[in-house]
Amino acid sequence: MNSVQKNDLRLLVFGVVLFAVIGGAMEGGFIGSFWKLNIILIGINVILSASLNLINGYTGQFSLGHAGFMAVGAYVGVILTTNFHLPLIAGMVGGGLAAAVLGFLIGLPTLRLNGDYLAIATLGLGEIIRIVIMNIQYVGGAAGFSGIPHLTTFPWVFATMLLTLFAIKNFVNSSHGRACIAIRENEIAAAAMGINTTKYKVLAFTIGAAFAGVAGALFAHCFYIISPGSFTFMQSFNYLIMVVLGGLGSLTGSIAGAFVVTALSAALADWPEFRMIIYALALILLMFYRPQGLFGYVELTKLAPFSRLRGLKGGREE
Amino acid sequence: MEPLLKSTHVVEMFGGLKAVSDFNIYINPGELIGLIGPNGAGKTTAFNLFTGVYQPTSGTIEFDGQNIAGLKPYEITQRGIARTFQNIRLFSELSVLDNVKIAFHSHVKYSVAEAVFRVGRYFDEEALVTAESHRLLSIFKLDDKAEETAKNLPYGAQRRLEIARALAAKPKLLLLDEPAAGMNPQETHELMEMIRWIRDQFSLTILLIEHDMSLVMGICERIYVLEYGEIIAHGTPEQIQNNPEVIRAYLGGEA
Amino acid sequence: MDFGSLLVQQLINGVSLGSIYALIALGYTMVYGIIKLINFAHGDIYMVGAYVGFFAITVLGWGIFPALIVSMAVTGLLGMVVERLAYKPLRHAPRISVLITAIGVSFFLEYATMYFVTPTPRTFPDVFSSTGITVGGFVVNGQQLLIFAITLILMVILTYIVQKTKIGKAMRAVSFDTETAQLMGIDADRVISITFGIGSALAAAGGVLVGVYYNSIDPLMGIMPGLKAFVAAVLGGIGVIPGAMAGGLILGVVESLVSGFLSSTFRDAAAFAILILVLLFRPAGIFGTNTQEKV
Repeated sequence: MNSVQKNDLRLLVFGVVLFAVIGGAMEGGFIGSFWKLNIILIGINVILSASLNLINGYTGQFSLGHAGFMAVGAYVGVILTTNFHLPLIAGMVGGGLAAAVLGFLIGLPTLRLNGDYLAIATLGLGEIIRIVIMNIQYVGGAAGFSGIPHLTTFPWVFATMLLTLFAIKNFVNSSHGRACIAIRENEIAAAAMGINTTKYKVLAFTIGAAFAGVAGALFAHCFYIISPGSFTFMQSFNYLIMVVLGGLGSLTGSIAGAFVVTALSAALADWPEFRMIIYALALILLMFYRPQGLFGYVELTKLAPFSRLRGLKGGREE
Repeated sequence: MEPLLKSTHVVEMFGGLKAVSDFNIYINPGELIGLIGPNGAGKTTAFNLFTGVYQPTSGTIEFDGQNIAGLKPYEITQRGIARTFQNIRLFSELSVLDNVKIAFHSHVKYSVAEAVFRVGRYFDEEALVTAESHRLLSIFKLDDKAEETAKNLPYGAQRRLEIARALAAKPKLLLLDEPAAGMNPQETHELMEMIRWIRDQFSLTILLIEHDMSLVMGICERIYVLEYGEIIAHGTPEQIQNNPEVIRAYLGGEA
Repeated sequence: MDFGSLLVQQLINGVSLGSIYALIALGYTMVYGIIKLINFAHGDIYMVGAYVGFFAITVLGWGIFPALIVSMAVTGLLGMVVERLAYKPLRHAPRISVLITAIGVSFFLEYATMYFVTPTPRTFPDVFSSTGITVGGFVVNGQQLLIFAITLILMVILTYIVQKTKIGKAMRAVSFDTETAQLMGIDADRVISITFGIGSALAAAGGVLVGVYYNSIDPLMGIMPGLKAFVAAVLGGIGVIPGAMAGGLILGVVESLVSGFLSSTFRDAAAFAILILVLLFRPAGIFGTNTQEKV
């Protein structure tokens, strides 16, 4: 077993311990139902922010349409479980696949755009997805889809989250992930190094959309009813805040961002305006003083204490 | 001998402006060729045509016996043409090592699934890429800076890194766009030695754009002179130095 | 109503709505033209304009025209303050950082306003008689006439400023090439600030007119029209002033036709579909020209 595998194993053990502690506290009745739901939402939001980070942070393609892919995953998921009585896993896989297909179809033409144009185009496409769902009577239209079985549990969310994080971590630390990062750094140079930039932009976008779809399916099964109103572009902004706050191109950052934003939203649930003013000021101040976010381009596992544990001399994972 | 690169009647129009007209050059395998000319003569445009950044308005570009006009930049790189940029285009926020590793991209043979699940060829290939990257960096005396962020390197080192990165793509033909720009005479001299050495070591063919005449005349075997998008002269360094057309183009006035 | 008269009526409604989009789109396009920023907060500036007008009419008891002018002045100033505090420090930052800041400013304006005026929608007083005129059997109501007239006047004034005045020339120079303009002695910071001021004042006029037209305003009213106006600006060719006017009108008409003949739920989708089609097939817009990155 080499040092990389040892490190993966260590992270896995850490994850399992964390799972046991939080799960134990939830089972043992130390956590009320409000925070139980919010812990589950944190897990789901980690999936969403990590997958958005793959698109925005690692590949540098500024997408604001994540809520649209989440919506597709949510609706396909609930159709499979509610109307076809399939298990949750089928809903998650189905939702993820549907979102991936849509991500591919949307990504292929739009990823020719860059920067702010791509941002606004993906925002528009996310809204179009939502408006189309709103007009499909089969899924309840604007009123929403009700009668969803409450299938999402903490173990499901935690396992999916862990899987997502490992998958994205391994992807960005491979030749394929480096191709994505090269595109972010300098698209013309990336192409000159033999990287098919269109392919990798669409690939990152599709993978990101797939995980958003899976997260959407998990999200939908937390509630009795979902409606298109839950997936507006304001939701996409929310995930953007998580990614930017945590740090573009840092998975540790995505975890921290999802945690801070979700917990803050829950804590300030009774003062919604106040909460949004805090987000607003946080975004602006962050861009002034720390545009790379809390963990810009850095992973916690690569900082000194972890490196010592690994017996490696800092720097990047090899 | 069949030329490695051959352009025939290549024309590039920007709007109504002819940036390059009737551009014919050939480069034989193993040659070290210079492309010179006054500013704005169309030298970088020619590079952009060879590497697919621009599509020729008309004409053909043959590389290794195949027409590459119309191919995308990455496809041309994969066929064996790599380049550096006049205005350095490194992956500036990444480490020196990663800059080189990225350029191995098209030679890495594991799938996305193998990467995500870290099975199959992943570990072996990654180890190989890392080792080869270090080897290239040590050739360019950058090995001790492997973990540094590329943008923090001194200017001359950044130019060297660009060449190392281009070599990682394993080209047959290397295009160098003003490799000595911003270097002092000492660095330029070392660079000359380096270019000659890598040509032999990697059995490369090299085409370079350069304003530093001591470098061009010192190492190039043949030279093309470009003015207003047209080749006005072609020959050995000696022939070029004595060509009245070239003297006129550089010094102005009647020849 | 038969098809023909419904069509004409929808066209009249479309031009009214489009005039408002055009007023907002002008601010987008001017700001983008000069500092290449999609000012996400522009729609919220328009909302603030509507509220300033609302309070001028209800609390101060003013008429529509003084209220309109005060709203434009106050909101124009707000636009300049926002630029000074939030965007100017980021002049040399990556464009994405500025875009994120703009999203932050947008949230801030929305929810700070909500904090002060509560989220409840306010009924805009009926300050302009709804009776209006009948042209060949079609009703153009008073509010619509007001919108046409004000929009026309403001566009004439704007065109005059941009084409004939010194500041207008400076604006065009900075938008063409900021560095060269500065070498020619133009104070680019001041020009950018004034551009924000003018753009915000125009949006404020749009906000007051929308209040008069729909009789209802709320703190989140700027989000959708803001995005739509951006679509209008892109459609016309971002950075091109006549383009924003044309784009606004076209978008307004398309939306009215979609709501009139298909379903009002597809109205927003139509706008975004236009955006994506334009971006994919003619990214420079109707009046713009293409540019490519230099290698």
